[in-house]
Amino acid sequence: MMADNLSDDLLDGAQEPVHSQPTEPGEKKRRTFLTEIGVLAAGVAAAIVTVPAIAFLLGLRKTPTIWRPLGRIDDFKIGETVAVSFTDPSPLPWSGVTAKTAAWLRRKDQQEFVAFAIYCTHLGCPVRWIPSANLFMCPCHGGVFYADGNVASGPPPKALSTYPVRVNQGLVEIQTSPVPITTG
Amino acid sequence: MSSLKRLWAWFDDITGTSKALGPPLTHPVPDARKSRWFYVLGSATLAAFLVQVVTGIALSSSYVTGSGQAYDSLRFITGTSLGSVLRGMHYYGSTAMIILIGLHVIRVYLMAAYKYPRQVSWLSGVVLLLGTLLMAFTGQILRWDQGGFWTAVVAAEQAGRTPLIGNWLGHFILAGATPGGATLSRFFAAHVFFIPAVLFTFIAVHLYLVVHNGISEPPKAGRPVDPRTYKRWYHSLMKREGVPFWPDAAWRDLFFGCIVVLAIFLLAVIVGPPEIGKPPDPTIIQASPRPDWYFLWYFALLSLIPNWSETFVIVAVPAIFILFLIALPLVAPKGERSPLRRPWSIVLVIFMVSAIAYYWHEGIRAPWSPRMDAPPLPEAVVGVSSGPIADGAKVFYDKGCEFCHLVSGYGGIRGPDLSDAGDRMTRAEMITRIYSGATNMPSYSNNITPQDLNALLDFLQSRHRAYKYKISPPPMAEARHAR
Repeated sequence: MMADNLSDDLLDGAQEPVHSQPTEPGEKKRRTFLTEIGVLAAGVAAAIVTVPAIAFLLGLRKTPTIWRPLGRIDDFKIGETVAVSFTDPSPLPWSGVTAKTAAWLRRKDQQEFVAFAIYCTHLGCPVRWIPSANLFMCPCHGGVFYADGNVASGPPPKALSTYPVRVNQGLVEIQTSPVPITTG
Repeated sequence: MSSLKRLWAWFDDITGTSKALGPPLTHPVPDARKSRWFYVLGSATLAAFLVQVVTGIALSSSYVTGSGQAYDSLRFITGTSLGSVLRGMHYYGSTAMIILIGLHVIRVYLMAAYKYPRQVSWLSGVVLLLGTLLMAFTGQILRWDQGGFWTAVVAAEQAGRTPLIGNWLGHFILAGATPGGATLSRFFAAHVFFIPAVLFTFIAVHLYLVVHNGISEPPKAGRPVDPRTYKRWYHSLMKREGVPFWPDAAWRDLFFGCIVVLAIFLLAVIVGPPEIGKPPDPTIIQASPRPDWYFLWYFALLSLIPNWSETFVIVAVPAIFILFLIALPLVAPKGERSPLRRPWSIVLVIFMVSAIAYYWHEGIRAPWSPRMDAPPLPEAVVGVSSGPIADGAKVFYDKGCEFCHLVSGYGGIRGPDLSDAGDRMTRAEMITRIYSGATNMPSYSNNITPQDLNALLDFLQSRHRAYKYKISPPPMAEARHAR
């Protein structure tokens, strides 16, 4: 049954493969050429597979910026800051609750509103508005912002980001924007 | 020959199994004598990894990779008794993997086993270490509760500090302009395909190199590695006193690996999986994101460094750490291996371990976090139920002072304890501080009415040492801080 171990010797390289050395110069050239073509073809095949995959991975979905209604202008009291939420411009069907974004909306006077991103400019944790203290506070590293969004204390390097807000036919509208990223 | 043996002989003949596996399994290893048990850490990490592979595959069969459904699917998994155990094993498996790979790195570094000819073993190990850390990080995000969701946001913000490409990188991590439908799929693909593929590949390289170069012998002071003679010397050492890996050394790996698996299983059954928090709804603003324990020390580090150094620490410190790991075997491929002749290695390990332990401890306490859930001061603390002092106590709570300042055990610990403020500061000093604020305290100059200020000062002036320890703090104070 275990007649010979020939197959095991193949890996040892003990035996030279038959016809390893082409005798004629033309034959040698031809083989080198075919090998090179083969390697090149494999490279092209690898590119065909990986380039679209990497491009797909690196590509980010372009989302338009659009205006989303937040409510009637009379729903907001002058001088108050309240949490509002709106749906992303083009949520994916499976986004579920994550399709929404929250913001802090402050009515400054009759016509003027300002909307602050909830993302702390330090590391992105959601800041909370404490009405009685008139301050935004971040639960992560203790960043504090004044009612106008400026840094009051703690590690945040800059004021809270804002979203464009407008009043359109009695409706307060907010312009959707990418998450503000504090860069280095 | 029994029929079973004949069957094996036939199978071995047509597959070459014993020829392929025999030499690697029985390759000679040095008799490590006193340090024998130090050599089981790598294989134990592998055992924990295998637990992760098996439990991870099982979990993925029920997990739904949709930003809107993942949370509910995970709650469903946790609701079944086996699913709960599997989640627990996956969690404690990752815990075990992180601890064991950390100990393994320390062992190899202290014994300088990265020197010739094992430099690539070390470098492949660096990839495995970083891959393991990335698995721990992405795994927390896959829990896709509030903590997971905000961890993704915080990751994007940290990546945003990278020079030049920061903004792009941050949005690349979120897979779009805002965290949403695409974000979770990205982390799922990383956690389940990309990083495991890298881990499998480099585990193969790592193990192949162990067999190719042989496992390093325990170092001895005064026996430096000389690349010109090392291999010949090692081979003669193996001839003289090498023992076959299987079974002479492997039983220890098996034994310890089984203990690790058993511990993972028992923790999963007895303690259970980590809690699933609130849903990943970005409009639930009451969120206090915290990393899982593996990165709690890093969270603390970022909180305690001075603000000006922040971008440097976020970007450069991990880069320097990785560069150090890569450069180590290339810069120091020969010479003394014994930690006794490399005292700096001991200093570095002690420094790193105690720094991580210190920051980890601080991360649990999180003294920099305002306690926004602190309850208003009870009458027992205030001392009176009406009048200016009681009004001042209300101002103290309403204005958020209590979130950062402790009074008789109530409140936060970011700022100084004000339980005995009346003994330490005059009224005028208090006004200055309240008006001007400080680095970590907002200024209230435009943010407090004269009446409120007067009441607040009355309250603070009424705080004396005698009160400080009279009232026992609320029982939940410590528990809350530990969260």
